[in-house]
Amino acid sequence: MIQIKDLHKSYHMGSNSLHVLKGINFNVKEGELVSIMGSSGSGKSTLLNILGMLDEADEGSYTLDNVPIKNLNEKIAARYRNEFLGFVFQSFNLINYKSALDNVALPLFYKGITRKERSEKAAHYLEKVGLAEWSHHLPSELSGGQKQRVAIARALASEPKVLLADEPTGALDTKTSYEVMDLIQGINDEGKTILVVTHEDDIAHMTKRIVNLKDGLIIDDSTVEQVRAQQYV
Amino acid sequence: MFNVERWQEIFETLRKNKLRTFLTGLSVASGIFILVILLGFSSGIENGVTTEFQQDATNRVSVRTRRTTKGYKGLNPGRRIQLKDEDFLALSNNYDEYLEYRSASFSIWGGQVAYKNETGNYRVQGVLPDNQFIENADIGRGRFLNNSDIDESKKVAVIGNKVKKDLFKDENPISKYISIFGINYKVIGVYYDPGGEREESQIFLPLTAARNAFNGGDNIRDMVFTVKMSDNFDEAVKRSQNITLAIENDLKEKHIIAPNDVAAIRVNNTLEEAQKIYSLIDTIKAVFWFIGIGTIVAGIVGVGNIMIIIVKERTKEIGIRKALGAVPSSIIAMILQEAIFVTMLSGLFGLIAGLGLLEIVGPQVDSPFIKYPQVDFRTAITTVFILVGAGAFAGFIPAYRAAKIKPIVALRDE
Repeated sequence: MIQIKDLHKSYHMGSNSLHVLKGINFNVKEGELVSIMGSSGSGKSTLLNILGMLDEADEGSYTLDNVPIKNLNEKIAARYRNEFLGFVFQSFNLINYKSALDNVALPLFYKGITRKERSEKAAHYLEKVGLAEWSHHLPSELSGGQKQRVAIARALASEPKVLLADEPTGALDTKTSYEVMDLIQGINDEGKTILVVTHEDDIAHMTKRIVNLKDGLIIDDSTVEQVRAQQYV
Repeated sequence: MFNVERWQEIFETLRKNKLRTFLTGLSVASGIFILVILLGFSSGIENGVTTEFQQDATNRVSVRTRRTTKGYKGLNPGRRIQLKDEDFLALSNNYDEYLEYRSASFSIWGGQVAYKNETGNYRVQGVLPDNQFIENADIGRGRFLNNSDIDESKKVAVIGNKVKKDLFKDENPISKYISIFGINYKVIGVYYDPGGEREESQIFLPLTAARNAFNGGDNIRDMVFTVKMSDNFDEAVKRSQNITLAIENDLKEKHIIAPNDVAAIRVNNTLEEAQKIYSLIDTIKAVFWFIGIGTIVAGIVGVGNIMIIIVKERTKEIGIRKALGAVPSSIIAMILQEAIFVTMLSGLFGLIAGLGLLEIVGPQVDSPFIKYPQVDFRTAITTVFILVGAGAFAGFIPAYRAAKIKPIVALRDE
């Protein structure tokens, strides 16, 4: 599903240059649930942003679902993001003046789907994350866990190939974190490829494979025995 | 532009952001509103002053005599100067090529006028046919005096509309007889005057008939001319001034009046006055336009300002939208379409409010210098479009910049 070869990325701040990714190589097969771990500054978020086409690599190749991702202009990047990827952010990033249902329906708007179909699909995914009865509430009326579940529903709504989650539990307490991980595991069980960036060991061990990043290089890449979040909920 | 889905998205955004929508709208609406009111009153002043002037021709030169105040060539001061037919004929002939209309008058103030049981006091004047044009009198019914009325000293009268209303009510006055100091005159015409009721409460008789009836001999109370206009207004004013001076000198010489006796003979020319007033109107118009354009510029800056704030406020939202698959052009389109919709709607609202206020207040304004304040609808609607266009342009720059921001940067924005 994802092939990455020799990926480099530097940030330039004035005269200083910060080499964040120093040659990353890794592949993700369809249906995997991978966590990317590392202390802050290890480059894990940068990697995820490049995977999410929110940022571009300086060197190296990136192939997503057999499509080479390179020399993207904004328009094509936007289309690929819409077609291939679903995002889940640490700070949820819901649009605060839109109801839960409308937030979930937004990627479908950019897919060019009619309003009626949008609402139906959005309602379906909200139900899937267990928030059917909250569909007309604004984000401000929802708890953190509920907001993240709305965000997950939104990421799923456009039926992406890959779900990218950047610290999905970073802003949540332990119990809620496990609930969210349970949801993510459930989605993975259905066959969706998911990448989770985290720095929490317990969350990482709820995935099937842990990729450890340090100073811009992969220092460890191993499959783990998955801990089911279900037992803590 | 005509994508229903997109409009739905915009209406929803506007509905959910009422304060922002209201503030944008308010700045635009008030700008247009103020502009409309300003332009309205500018045109009101123009109308008022113009009407005030229209009661008589603007290019007239009038001659009036009083008593001398200075002794000259052995003659005592206090001598009464009486104009005669020969003065009028001499001046008419001498300056024929420069004059357009000419009339001499013999007037009786406070003439007792009666028709059946209705009576009234009106100014009665014996005049010549050209007086119609000098007075700017519009004939409503019948006709004005003509040369044969003068030559044959016919006992006919042209009455003002006010006189007609007072004496005849709804009756048709043509060919009826009115009596002035007991002498019957046949009404041959009714006139209107843009100067209003005061100007319409006069009665005109043939000069000859009036003098016959009131022992006028060949006396003339005053003379009025109009100067031929030329394409160049300044030139016409100059000519008018020259003729005024020439007439004054001729008459002073003939009637043996001291050259520096300003009271004995007065020759006034209104064109000079008119020029002053017209340049005043132009100045007022220029000032109002200046203020109006200033208001519009302020409005544009206001819209641009609000647009920048809106974009700033929505940076994160833009990042989210881009992460979800919005292309840059759809971001620009979203912001601009929203801005244009709000400015257009509120601009029209301000326009209608301004026009409405003028419509209601306009007729109540009772000042001789402000009449029918109104705005040319096309001017107003053009300014609305200019404001919308400029507002959209002002909004385009921040919108464009916002669309350029990388989603990763926009998402980090708090």
